Parts: sequence; structure tokens; C-alpha cells
Amino acid sequence: MSDHKEIQRMANQIAKAFGAYPEEQAIKETANHIKSFWDPRMRKQLAEIIARDKTALNPVALAAGRQLGLG
Amino acid sequence: MDTLIKEIDYGTPKSDSTRMVTLEIDGHQVTVPEGTSIMRAAMELGTKIPKLCATDSMKSFGSCRLCLVEIEGRKGTPASCTTPVAPGIKVKTQTDHLADLRRGVMELYISDHPLDCLTCAANGDCELQDMAGAVGLREVRYGYEGDNHVFARSNGSENFRYKPKDESNPYFTFDPAKCIVCSRCVRACEEVQGTFALTIDGRGFASHVSAGMDEDFLASECVSCGACVQACPTATLTEKSIIAKGQPDHSVVTTCAYCGVGCSFKAEMKGDEVVRMMPYKDGGANEGHSCVKGRFAWGYATHNDRMMKPMVRDKITDPWREVSWDEAIDFTARRFKEIQTRHGVGSVGAITSSRCTNEEVYVVQKMVRAAFHNNNVDTCARVCHSPTGYGLSKTFGTSAGTQDFKSVDKADVIMIIGANPTDGHPVFASRMKKRLREGARLIVVDPRRTDIVRSPHIEAEYHLPLQPGTNVAVVNALAHVVVTEGLVKRDYVAERCEPDDFARWEKFIADPKNSPEALEAITGVKAEDVRAAARLYATAGNGAIYYGLGVTEHSQGSTMVMGMANLAMATGNIGREGVGVNPLRGQNNVQGSCDMGSFPHEFTGYRHISDNTVRDLFEKVWSTALDPEPGLRIPNMFSAAIDGSFRGLFVQGEDIAQSDPNTKHVNSALESLECLVVQDLFLNETAAFAHVFLPGTSFLEKDGTFTNAERRINRVRPVMAPKQGMQEWEVVARIATAMGYPMSYSSGAEIMDEIAKVTPTFAGVSFEKLDRLGSVQWPCNDAAPEGTPTMHVGKFVRGKGRFMLTEFVATDERTNRSFPLILTTGRILSQYNVGAQTRRTANVAWHPEDVLEIHPHDAEVRGIREGSMVSLTSRIGAITLRAVIADRMPQGVVYTTFHHPVTGANVITTEYSDWATNCPEYKVTAVQVTPSNQPSDWRTEWEQRETEHKRVAIKPLVAAE
Ligand code: SF4
Ligand code: SF4
Ligand code: SF4
Ligand code: FES
Repeated sequence: MSDHKEIQRMANQIAKAFGAYPEEQAIKETANHIKSFWDPRMRKQLAEIIARDKTALNPVALAAGRQLGLG
Repeated sequence: MDTLIKEIDYGTPKSDSTRMVTLEIDGHQVTVPEGTSIMRAAMELGTKIPKLCATDSMKSFGSCRLCLVEIEGRKGTPASCTTPVAPGIKVKTQTDHLADLRRGVMELYISDHPLDCLTCAANGDCELQDMAGAVGLREVRYGYEGDNHVFARSNGSENFRYKPKDESNPYFTFDPAKCIVCSRCVRACEEVQGTFALTIDGRGFASHVSAGMDEDFLASECVSCGACVQACPTATLTEKSIIAKGQPDHSVVTTCAYCGVGCSFKAEMKGDEVVRMMPYKDGGANEGHSCVKGRFAWGYATHNDRMMKPMVRDKITDPWREVSWDEAIDFTARRFKEIQTRHGVGSVGAITSSRCTNEEVYVVQKMVRAAFHNNNVDTCARVCHSPTGYGLSKTFGTSAGTQDFKSVDKADVIMIIGANPTDGHPVFASRMKKRLREGARLIVVDPRRTDIVRSPHIEAEYHLPLQPGTNVAVVNALAHVVVTEGLVKRDYVAERCEPDDFARWEKFIADPKNSPEALEAITGVKAEDVRAAARLYATAGNGAIYYGLGVTEHSQGSTMVMGMANLAMATGNIGREGVGVNPLRGQNNVQGSCDMGSFPHEFTGYRHISDNTVRDLFEKVWSTALDPEPGLRIPNMFSAAIDGSFRGLFVQGEDIAQSDPNTKHVNSALESLECLVVQDLFLNETAAFAHVFLPGTSFLEKDGTFTNAERRINRVRPVMAPKQGMQEWEVVARIATAMGYPMSYSSGAEIMDEIAKVTPTFAGVSFEKLDRLGSVQWPCNDAAPEGTPTMHVGKFVRGKGRFMLTEFVATDERTNRSFPLILTTGRILSQYNVGAQTRRTANVAWHPEDVLEIHPHDAEVRGIREGSMVSLTSRIGAITLRAVIADRMPQGVVYTTFHHPVTGANVITTEYSDWATNCPEYKVTAVQVTPSNQPSDWRTEWEQRETEHKRVAIKPLVAAE
């Protein structure tokens, strides 16, 4: 699935789960989560999403992706 | 050869008192806990007082009058089973007077009992026979001409006391002619099982045992646990397998291979044939009890459908070709290596099974990490309890239930969330029901009115029938009440938990948006009930939470696990007996398969693969470099298969094509694989897409361990040699070797030794220790050489408990006009998971097909009647099945099981999953239900695959001439 819909949904979902935390910590937790549990090819797809359309991600997910050097 | 294990029957249950009493029996001193019966005290000395109505699994009853004794200075001859010990008394168990009395009692019994001992199924295992021998009965003066219940006709006319045999239950018979009305069966059903299916009807000489309202067993409330059969001292209740095959001659203690309770059994054998499975009293998990699956449903192990030969094929449309083990192993290794050469190291992986032993699972994950050189290994726990792993690690520091099962005996208030223990975990449910009958209070959080909400002598004080998908809102509301009504155990929290995280959580949860009133519209649960339930849980003493897949299989499964952990910490309900947060695990070795490093990001014992120290240890022990990056989880494997980066998969003993959600998606993923290897007993649904089939072993052949939901490591002992010729771990080790990573073990014990070497929580585990102690609960190491029944005593595994913020986020799966109902899925007592095993036993008598349970109103507006065929449609797919009108369903929610592949329940479940672990959201699917009279497209497709993809090539017959 080249539009990576699933990866997009998962990243946004993780960010939302940390929604009650202060933004900075939510970003950190989201980034950590993605780093600890995602296969590198999934992270690559996240980078592709960011490169293509930044609005596909909510702000926390986007910032987390950037923190991981994915965009 | 092993001998037949005969466990000692002490006649009455053990007393828990710590005060000791010394008395004298037949001139010998004995010291026992206060409250012990004289009968039991005598047995401690090895003195068997004759008895019929007493047995140590239930309270004494005192009806047979065979166990009389004399006590110096007391009048009469009291029954030793009902008379407790007293300090200094002098008891005589054998005198001429007692002997006369006992012979008199036996004579009466025998005068109303058939004398066909030689041809009776219980011959050699009958307590009546034994007692007749023990008391020296030599003659019976009363004939059979008089009143009796033995013969159909008496003195030429019909005998109304006679009742014919009831053979309705597929596993045991009830022959009332042989009944001595000792009521052991009735009491077993009440006290041990807690079902209350049996009664003694009539009075005096006319009294008899009856199931339900004088129904046959199958039609009654009976759940076929077999406790009554086990308790019956005569042949009245007898296993059909014993009637067919005769008494066993040797036995081996092993572990049930069905659910996460992990019951211990004696496999009672004749040669290498099982004739009976008998629950083992020393089994830590079950203490002599069982359910219908473990005791009776083992016939699948020798079912004709079982595959015995390895098979391969180039294309999944080809017929299967039987080959030698060597050829199958080489074929697999060659294909996997080719795929890796063409598509990269990460293009192959494996799925481990919760039905296999720890040793088998360990070897598969080792094959992936060391021979495939990646971390693409996951386990079927992904689709059930992975959120438990995530949630409990975050909050407490380790991924496991906090208690042993016995702990429930000390619980004062039990909260069951999203679990149906009487169906899913029956033997634990019996324990729980016992505690509830003793007065513990009950809260049930479940959309359905599950059986435990109201059952004989049990009634939940609060049943919170929430809308599926709103668990987190409910647990937040409960916690909100605890915090805002001043019910937090401040001392506990201050001492045991991270203060900053608690402070932040307290503020978050106290927000009015988390109040029961604010959430009522979302959860559908009355605010006042939530408040009352929260108060009860927080203040009634020991509060214990038990939960199941109704918690985990949601888009917020992990959040919910953390929510429950928060609630337990805030109320001080972690770290001692009687409390805790306890996952009820689905399959027998879910706990074990997770412990064994089956997750793509973790080594054994839940240590992240990016941790250099841990990786170093493994690199040293395994002598190979290891990949520090996490691999693919099961749903990610499917997606990667479809997008082409994942091409080879080894599946150990699981049927992902049936059990995983969104069947169409799964099937198209499986179809995209270049090499799919299935190791299983049967040609299951997944095997329809496979290129290699490696026949597996049943639990009767395995040599290893299972770890149950209470972290108890139980031995699985082989009672026969592997029927297909090789242990499963050996097959895997040989594949790894053929791929260039030499791996070899000579026994299960050797694999466990390696596990102990690389896993701190298993450091003290060995087969030798398990054989010595029976079982241990991990952590088992120098700090706890005999294991750890209760975790987090004094201090959490992670140090301080961490409160996590649990924001409620509604699932994306919503009802709308086209799909107005919510479907939730589950299982029932007699079937197990995908049904591959139970469907191949007589258990189908209770559940021949999956049905759709629907509320009467929802049915009526759709013109659906009891038993009519309906079409069940989601935005993913459609299936057909039969409807059952059930008022235990809330309006707007329908329910089905996934035991039968032809139904295809997962054809309609969606791809949504838990945010943290990708555990699928099985419990919430928006659906529509309409009357239907045609089979679904799925059914047609399935039937076609069933014939085409499962063909085995017929071997050319060698002509005789
Ligand atoms: S089999 Fe179990 S449920 Fe059925 S009557 Fe016997 S004890 Fe009761
Ligand atoms: S069926 Fe067996 S256990 Fe039950 S009353 Fe009769 S003899 Fe006793
Ligand atoms: S409760 Fe579970 S482990 Fe025990 S006998 Fe039944 S299926 Fe087996
Ligand atoms: S065994 Fe004591 S009265 Fe029956």
C-alpha cells in the first residue's frame, strides 16, 4: 500500500494516546514508542509520509517523526 | 514404566488453622491443625477409616455412618468425618463393636446394589467394593425380592424406583441402579464446580440423584466438568472411555493444553493409549478440579485428521506431496535463504504459538534472531494479550498477572472486567465462585450479562453494562470517584509510587470531564452505579481485578490496562494476597510464549533488543551477532507481505487465517508469500496457503513446560513418543542448522537450561526442580528459589509504581445508519479458540455451530426469529449464521464466537487495532443484521478452498502383480 494509510493512522493514534501529557512529553513518548516498536521499514514509510504531506499527521506525531530524524 | 498414581484421600479438606492439636489414635500420637477431622488425622497416621460419603475435595456430610469411631470417655460412636479433633482425646478406630456396626451398614448398602462386580466398569476402582472388603462383609441376609432400585421389574411388576441409564452426556454415563445416594456428586457439583446442577430428589428409601429438573444430563445445567464423576465412589457416574477400554495401568502427571488456567492432570494410560485424564490434586492451578475440555476433550490428539507426514508443494494450487523430514527441512531452508538473497535479510520471519511449550517457542524465536538474522518474530499473543504486556510493564515494570489463583480466596471484592471466566477459564471461575459464595462481593464490567452476573448463590452487586469500546471512559470514571471522594490510599501511594506521575494523574483524573456523570452518555452506564462500584472496590477490603480480552482487544486496550493498574495502585490493591490486577490468559501458554522472547522488540524476560548489555549476553551464548532493531509484528507482517517486502513466514501451531481479523486482508497477505511454512497437527485454514507442512506433536507427546496465567511453570510430560517421529523443537533446530546456524538439543530439559542461563527471572528453573516441587511461579532465581506467588510485595518491579495518563479516545469504528449495531466476539466453554482441537471431539454436542446472539428488540424490528439464518455485514465483509434471541445482550450489541471456520466471524472484523501494540479490535465492529436465506460468498469461497487447497496427492498404488 503505497499511500501508507495504515502507518499514518498508527502514528496519529499513538500521538493521541499521549494526548493528556504536556506537548513536549507527548512528542518524546510518541517518538520513543515508534523507535522501540516499529520495524525500520515502517519508520521509512513514516518518513515518506512526512516528505509527501505534513498535514497527514497530527502535530505531535509529526514532531515525533522529526525528532526521530524522519523528516 | 510409570505406575498408576493413586493420590491419598484424606476424607475431609485440610484445615488452614495455625493452632495445632495433639490427640491419640489407636495408641499413636498425632498433631494436626485445629479443625481437622478425626478421619483426616487418622489418615495422617496412615490409618484408613472406612468411609463412603466423605472425600477430601468437599466438606464432610456424615450420611453413610461407615466411619464410626469410639472416643474414650464419650458416649456412642461418632462419625469420624464430622467430628473434629480435640486436645488429648483418645480415639479407637477398630473394635469388635465398630466392626459389627460397619458390617451392618455395608450389608444394607449392598442389599440394594447389583452384584455384577466382575463385569462392572468400576471393577478395581470402586470404593463400595473396597469398603465391603475392608469391613469384612461376608454375607447379605436381605434378598433382592424386597424394595430395591436395581431391577426394572420387581416381583413381576414394574419397579417405580428403577431408573434407566442416562447416556446423554458424550463423555460419561449415569446408571442410577448403582447409586448409593451418598450425595458426593451433588456436593461436588455445588462445592467444587459451583454449578448446582444436581439434587437429591425424594426422601428416605426413595431418594435418588437427578440432574436439573429430572432431565437428562445433556439437557440440564450440567457443564460436564466431571467433578461428580470423579467424586462418585461407585460405577454410577463413569467415564465412557473407562467403560470402553477398562481401567488404566499407569499414569503420568502433565498439564492441560487448552486454556491459561493450566490444570495439572494425571494422564491415565494403558500401553500408550490414554484412557482417562484425571485432574491432579497437587496441581497448583487446579487442585484436583478440571473443566470439560481438559478432562474429556483430548480425543483430537489421535484424530484421523491428524497429519503424520511432512509435505511440500511449489504452488498453493498444487496438491500436497508427502516427503521425508530431510526433504521438507531442506526445502524450507533453501526457500528461505533464496528469499533472503533476493529480498533482503528482513524478508522472512516467524510466528510462535501460545499452544506450544516454552521450549518450542524459545527455539523458534532463536531461529529467527540467530538463523534468519532479524527480529521478525511475533506470537499470537499479539492478537490477545499484547496490551497487557505493554500496560503492566509501563505501570508496574513487568508483564504478568500479579497474583496466584489461590489469592482469590482472600479477596473481599472482585471486579471482573471484560472477561467471562465461567466459559473462558472455568476452573479458576469455580474457585472464584466459591469465594463469592463465601461472601466476597462482585462487580462485573461487561456489555453482556455474562453467566457470573447471576448464578446459583451468586449475584453481582453492580453490573456495569457499558457500550463496547468505552472501557477507558469507565475506568477513568471509577478512578475519578476514588480521587474526588477522598478514597485514595495516600500512605500507600506516597510510599510505593512515583510522586510526580501520581500528582499529574490525580489532576488529570479529577477533571470533571472524567466524572461518571460526564461520561454517562458515552458509556451508557448509570453514573450512580459507577460511583457505588468505585466506592465498593476502594473500601470493602482486598480488591482484586480480573480481566480478559474484553479489555485488551480494543483500540485503547493498552490504555485500559494502564487504567486498571492506576486504579489498583490508587486504592493500595497491589502487592499482597487477595488483591491485584490479573489477566486471564486465553490459551495455555500465552504467558510462556510472551516470556520466551516472542515479541519482535524483546528477548526472553521482556528485555528490549536495543539494550546492549542484554544483547551482548545473547550474542555470547548464541555465538552470533544480533540485530538491534525491532522487527515486524503480525499485522505489520501482513502489510509488508502485501507491499512485497516480506515473503517468507514460518507459522508454529497457530491458525492465523482463522483467528486473525479481517480475513480477506490476511488471506491476500498469505497468498502473496513465496514460502509459507505451517507446523501444526492439522491441515488448518492457514495451511491452505502454505508451501510446506510440518506435522506437529500433541501435548501428549511433548516434553517441556507451559506457563499459565499465574506465571506458574508446569511440566508437560510425554506419555507417548512423537507420533510423526520428531519433537517440534528438533524440526526447528534442523531448519536453523540447514540455514547455516547450527542448533541442536538433546532434550526439553537442555533447552530450559539455556533459557535459565539467559533469563534472570528463570535463573532458578530446571526440569529437575519442577519435578521436585511440582511447579514454580517466576521470578524464580536466587532471591526466590521456590518462585514468587505474589508480585510487587514491598516494591514494584520497576521500583516505584508509575501512574499513566489514560485519555479516552473513541475508536474510529462507529455505528451509523448502514451499520447500526456493534458486534463483539468471544468464546464459549466447550470450544477452544479456532476450534481446531475441540471441533474434533464430542464437545460439538454443546456447540455445533457459531450463532449470533441478538437482543429480542433488535431481532423483532428486523423480523428475525429464534433459529433463523441471518446475514451479518460490516463495512469489511459479510457472513451468514443462525440467530439466537438472547436477553442477556444489551440492545444495540450482538455477539458471536469464532470457533468454526465455515462461519468466518473474522471475515467481518476490521483492521483497527490497539494504538500501542496493534492488538486487533475484535470487540468492536459496526454491523448490520438482516434475515437471509442464502450462504454468504465467504462460505462458497471457503468450501472451494477446503477441497482445492487441502488436497494431498494420492500415492500411486504399486500393482500387486
Ligand atoms: S459434570 Fe460437573 S456440572 Fe455436570 S453435574 Fe457433574 S459436577 Fe455438575
Ligand atoms: S451418583 Fe455416585 S456420588 Fe452420586 S449419590 Fe450416587 S453413588 Fe453417590
Ligand atoms: S480450565 Fe483450562 S486448563 Fe483447566 S482443564 Fe479446563 S481448559 Fe484445561
Ligand atoms: S464417611 Fe463419615 S459418615 Fe460417611
